[in-house]
Amino acid sequence: MGRKPIQRGEQLVWLTGAALTVTLLATVTLIGVVMVNGLGYFWPSTLAVARLVDGGTAMGEITQRDYTDEGDLWRIQFKVGNRDLYGADFRWIDAAAIETLNYPEDAAALEREEYGNFYGFLERLDLATVQVDAGLPPWERLQAARDAVEERFEAIESLNESVSADSHEMERIRLAILELRYEGGAGAEDGIARLEEQLAPVRADFDARNAEAAARLAELRSNTATFADAAGRTKEMPILSLVRTYRPNAMSVPAKALFYLGKVWELLSANPRESNTEGGLFPAIFGTVMLVMLMSLFCIPLGVVAAVYLQEYAREGLLVRMVRIAVFNLAGVPSIVYGIFGLGFFVYGVGGTIDELFFPERLPNPTFGTGGILWASLTLALLTVPVVIVVTEEALAAIPGGIREASLSLGATRFQTLWRLLLPIAAPGIITGFVLSTARAAGEVAPLMITGVVKLAPALPLDGEFPFFHLDRKFMHLGFHIYDVGFQSPNVEAAKPMVFITTLLLLAIVIGLSIVAIVLRNSMQKRYAGKAF
Amino acid sequence: MNAPQIADPIFQIEGLSLFYGEAAALKEIGLHIPRRQVTAFIGPSGCGKSTLLRTLNRMNDLIDTVRIEGSIRMDGEEIYSPEVDAIELRRRVGMVFQAYNPFPKSIYENVVFGLRIAGVRNKSALDEAAERALTAAALWEEVKDRLRESALGLSGGQMQRLCIARAIAVNPEVILMDEPCSALDPTATARIEDLIFELKKDFTVIIVTHNLQQAARVADYTAFLYLGSLIEYDVTSIIFSRPREKRTEDYITGRFG
Repeated sequence: MGRKPIQRGEQLVWLTGAALTVTLLATVTLIGVVMVNGLGYFWPSTLAVARLVDGGTAMGEITQRDYTDEGDLWRIQFKVGNRDLYGADFRWIDAAAIETLNYPEDAAALEREEYGNFYGFLERLDLATVQVDAGLPPWERLQAARDAVEERFEAIESLNESVSADSHEMERIRLAILELRYEGGAGAEDGIARLEEQLAPVRADFDARNAEAAARLAELRSNTATFADAAGRTKEMPILSLVRTYRPNAMSVPAKALFYLGKVWELLSANPRESNTEGGLFPAIFGTVMLVMLMSLFCIPLGVVAAVYLQEYAREGLLVRMVRIAVFNLAGVPSIVYGIFGLGFFVYGVGGTIDELFFPERLPNPTFGTGGILWASLTLALLTVPVVIVVTEEALAAIPGGIREASLSLGATRFQTLWRLLLPIAAPGIITGFVLSTARAAGEVAPLMITGVVKLAPALPLDGEFPFFHLDRKFMHLGFHIYDVGFQSPNVEAAKPMVFITTLLLLAIVIGLSIVAIVLRNSMQKRYAGKAF
Repeated sequence: MNAPQIADPIFQIEGLSLFYGEAAALKEIGLHIPRRQVTAFIGPSGCGKSTLLRTLNRMNDLIDTVRIEGSIRMDGEEIYSPEVDAIELRRRVGMVFQAYNPFPKSIYENVVFGLRIAGVRNKSALDEAAERALTAAALWEEVKDRLRESALGLSGGQMQRLCIARAIAVNPEVILMDEPCSALDPTATARIEDLIFELKKDFTVIIVTHNLQQAARVADYTAFLYLGSLIEYDVTSIIFSRPREKRTEDYITGRFG
């Protein structure tokens, strides 16, 4: 009472509260936009058929509605698909040009291996090599035919496995020949000749199996389904090329939910299709997680050891202070600079040297002297190590000096003190630093683009083939995927939902990693914290 | 200076000087410390009594700028000779600090820490040592049911007794106490003093204290330091009743300090 509000300092409370609100709002909006745009994509939307005033037709999913300033419907955007027929996936139609709009039950949506979705009506089936019950209604016959084709396709796949085994064997012999040729010397010619002899039957087997697989595939592809669009234009497609066939207008809500879950599962487990705009994200998820794990493997020990030296062993002085300032500044260096350093130092420097020393016979084809998951993770480790150093140092500095003295007075060495007391006590702080650096590293794209990330990796960096970890391999990454699909894909509009979904997944992975680390930290803190001091 | 006759000293300090850089913190100290007795170092702040205490287990080694002259022998052996391992020495000469500093671990882990780092793995040996040390530190009855709980949940006095238990668990010969009661209330202080009285049956106790009454109550021998020099060292009753030195008398009667 009696004091002016400015003296009571309430403005500051309001100001700080407002700042917090703005931050929270921005975050929630961001996540909200991504979720709204991403989560709805997999829900099968109804197919509309529009009869136009000029006699034309349009069929597809309604993706957007524009309204005039007066609030009247102005125009509708259809995803009409059928890119092989029309050339474009999307079409705006003025509301005034539409005569009728209906939703026929038998309207079918097809996900295909190429050219995006097809929307139309089933015309007929031409089954050359598979048999299905002729008594079934046409749509059910299509489903039965798809199952039969799928079954045969799996048989061809297993044939392909032996083809790829052959190809690995051929690659092994080729590399052995290269090595002998490089080493030269007596007996090299004989050795090469012997290897060539070994190679011949493998190659013959490879060619034969390959040809057989191709023939059987061609035969399988002669089973076709013909669909007609709303205007009656037909398109004959191999049944094998249909990834999904469904009639959304006839689906019940539980069926749609099942469809949705199927799509989510595909997203998490399958490889991408159609220059990444369709299909799954599994290789990118795998690449991102493996990258972050490899990175932590390098950056945590390095950062912790460096911080321990600075805090516990180094004599405080000008040099240590300067090193500390330098470390702080390293945390602010733009990531692309780290990327370029990684390219120059790790890829060309270390990788090039490894190639010269261990794989000279393969040159000029690089083995380690090109971007790969090892170099990318080392580059990211370099990028995040300053954060780990700073945070670890702070965690160690926060431990009261009495703890160190007490430990030493009990006859502990400095190393025992560090290992048994200081590091466990500092661990929650170190993990916090790790969370921060992980969150940053998982979302980095720029340094990866020049150290080993690719749009489409032919193989995962971890597989069942000796030596299991292929650290020289290139990899896919969710962050890069966002950039690639959103801005480099040939069909940006169609790829848009995929961008949101990829973003959502990347966010989920970052948040997931953080939650794991936070839970870990809290359980550690609980172990050490007392009730009161 | 007229030093008391001590038959079997555990420490023999001769001509000890200690420098922080150029500044002398201890000047030409000489005294013999009796075995299984309580010896108190008293003096005003900055007189070097804590520094002197820390030379006895070489805790000053950890400070880079410290230089030491003179000799300290423990059981006749020079503790600053290069052959002596400071780590080994600290196992024989334990220490309790001014601020109680339990580790952020369980009560049990605090007590057995010294044994664990010395390589003792046997569970029953550790259990036995923990009980013995906690009993000796008069803490067993209070904590025996919550050995696995965090030591940081104890009261201040309990924490300091835990630190004493931790120091005696490794079975040292000497326990150095650097103002062990300065952060405690009178009740907790009284318990620690009783404990010191018990401890001297098995250990040599050397205590630095600001509290003259405490020195008078617990110590058998008392050394008065002033500005880095040992002014007077004698049986406690003599120091407090008829000190030879004028400065000692001034200090204990509260004329300065």
